[in-house]
Amino acid sequence: MRGKVRLREHVMGWLFVGPFGIVFLTLLIAPLAYALYLSLFQKKLIGGTSFVFLDNYVKAFTDPSFISGSWFVIRFSLVSIPLQIIMALALALILDAVTSLFSRFSRLMIFLPYAIPTVIGAVMWGFLYSKSFGPLTDLFGLFGATPPDFLGSNLIFYGLVNIVTWQWAGYYMIILYAALQGIDPALYEAARMDGAGKWQIALRIKIPLIAPALLLILVFSLIGTLQFFNEPQILRSLAAGTIGPDFTPNMYAYQQAFALANFNYGSAISFALGGVVFVGVYGFLFLTRKRRSFL
Amino acid sequence: MTSDLSRAGARRRPQRHLPLQVLLGFLVVYFLVPFWWVIVNSSKDAPGLFGGGNTLWFADRIDFLGNLEQLFTYDNGIYGRWILNSTLYALAGGVGATILAVMAGYGFAKYRFAARRFSFSLVLGALMVPATALVIPTFMMFSEFGLTNTVWAVILPSLLNPFGVYLMHVYARDAVPDEILDAARADGAGEIRTFLQVAFPLMRPAVVTVLLLSAVASWNNYFLPLAMLSDNRLFPVTVGLGLWQGIASANNAGSTSLWSLIIMGALMSVIPLVIAFFSLQRHWRGGLSVGGLR
Repeated sequence: MRGKVRLREHVMGWLFVGPFGIVFLTLLIAPLAYALYLSLFQKKLIGGTSFVFLDNYVKAFTDPSFISGSWFVIRFSLVSIPLQIIMALALALILDAVTSLFSRFSRLMIFLPYAIPTVIGAVMWGFLYSKSFGPLTDLFGLFGATPPDFLGSNLIFYGLVNIVTWQWAGYYMIILYAALQGIDPALYEAARMDGAGKWQIALRIKIPLIAPALLLILVFSLIGTLQFFNEPQILRSLAAGTIGPDFTPNMYAYQQAFALANFNYGSAISFALGGVVFVGVYGFLFLTRKRRSFL
Repeated sequence: MTSDLSRAGARRRPQRHLPLQVLLGFLVVYFLVPFWWVIVNSSKDAPGLFGGGNTLWFADRIDFLGNLEQLFTYDNGIYGRWILNSTLYALAGGVGATILAVMAGYGFAKYRFAARRFSFSLVLGALMVPATALVIPTFMMFSEFGLTNTVWAVILPSLLNPFGVYLMHVYARDAVPDEILDAARADGAGEIRTFLQVAFPLMRPAVVTVLLLSAVASWNNYFLPLAMLSDNRLFPVTVGLGLWQGIASANNAGSTSLWSLIIMGALMSVIPLVIAFFSLQRHWRGGLSVGGLR
């Protein structure tokens, strides 16, 4: 009897998990393995394809294009992720504290950009930045000042930071807001009894209690930012001189694979990027594991 | 988690905080500016758009319907096709990914099968694999089987949603008590029927959330279809508008009409998702908190 029950558990468990398992193996494990395999070869005009072991990786990590692209996404993460999370946290705390019809309306409007494809978001901001369509020329013209050129090489970094913040702050806000709404209000009452003010309640009770949600969005934004592609790729046509084909590692991999048909090297870059992201995020989660993390 | 009753008691007084509301007002303006710009400028004809008038206000001549008609008739109505393609990819990818995620999440939560812990840790590890790292090798694999430049090249990879599995696992573990399942089994219901008629209704809020998240991910997808598709009649609207923008920027002078098509196209492409989000609000908000709370 006991053995029969155990067998049923195995069979039914695998029946439920199996379909996803097949997709997991064919569309995640197999491509990863294939990328690793492809990345160990090189295609030459003379001599055809040959096994070169780690040469593509040596090449990638000494390739100025890959290195500068990697530095860009790292710098970009360091600036844009704290900005997005601080903004989302501030918004969530405000919306948690203020209850009015307007605050409910604001919550929806701030979340709205999440429903917009990143490509369309980049197109819209591209218009707003542009000299011929955007309001910046008029706005700064009022004061006789030269408008900032967010598509120029000096400010493109901040132009992109702004687009990403606009796109994602609302989504992160909703996740944090949902976590804040889950806190027992009796805790605030108790804190007030002990003489805690509004700021102290926010800093000492609310923020520590939503730490797992903060960690979750930190991981999401890190994974998203390191594979930055859509926005700079879309703005490229508007800012041709500023954004090169090797602006981010992902754009460089795309260029190598699809513009230059250099699939072996493109695979190596993809795999290297994927590996760096995986190890980076995993290491980060490991370090923060002592606190109650979301995994 | 508190009951609704005690919560209502604690929050009886509406909290107004005027300075915070003013601050919110400014932030809302920031988040709405791009939408406002697109709405205003989609109503302008070519002289209005290029005449140097106020870019954040309507021109004297409003030609919204004319632009709309032009958008849907340009190049034999290719834009309408792109919207339909996006809808197909979002629905097929979203529904498929959700079915797989619901089944797998339930399986992981409710059955102690062989290699369960190991398999689940693989799924958690997959959360950290950037999706774009898979595009180039998947393209190479699909081209071996002649699948590139077909709708399958976009739909099949969207079926993979490890985060959906994780969310469903957490939700099934907490919202579906084992006792109820055992009671159903004792009443003679088979495993499949127990899942469909007892567990599934309890998991509905998370199912709607996963469905929306995966449909949005497919609708928003750009890198994958850009790499996979070469026939522009298979493009989703993201790749299509990206294509138009590239053409319009390349020959700035000769493509005045294309710019107004892009503006109108951007506006029309955001409407379906905005409607979906607003009408399903009640459902996804409950599910979204799941991932963050643990």
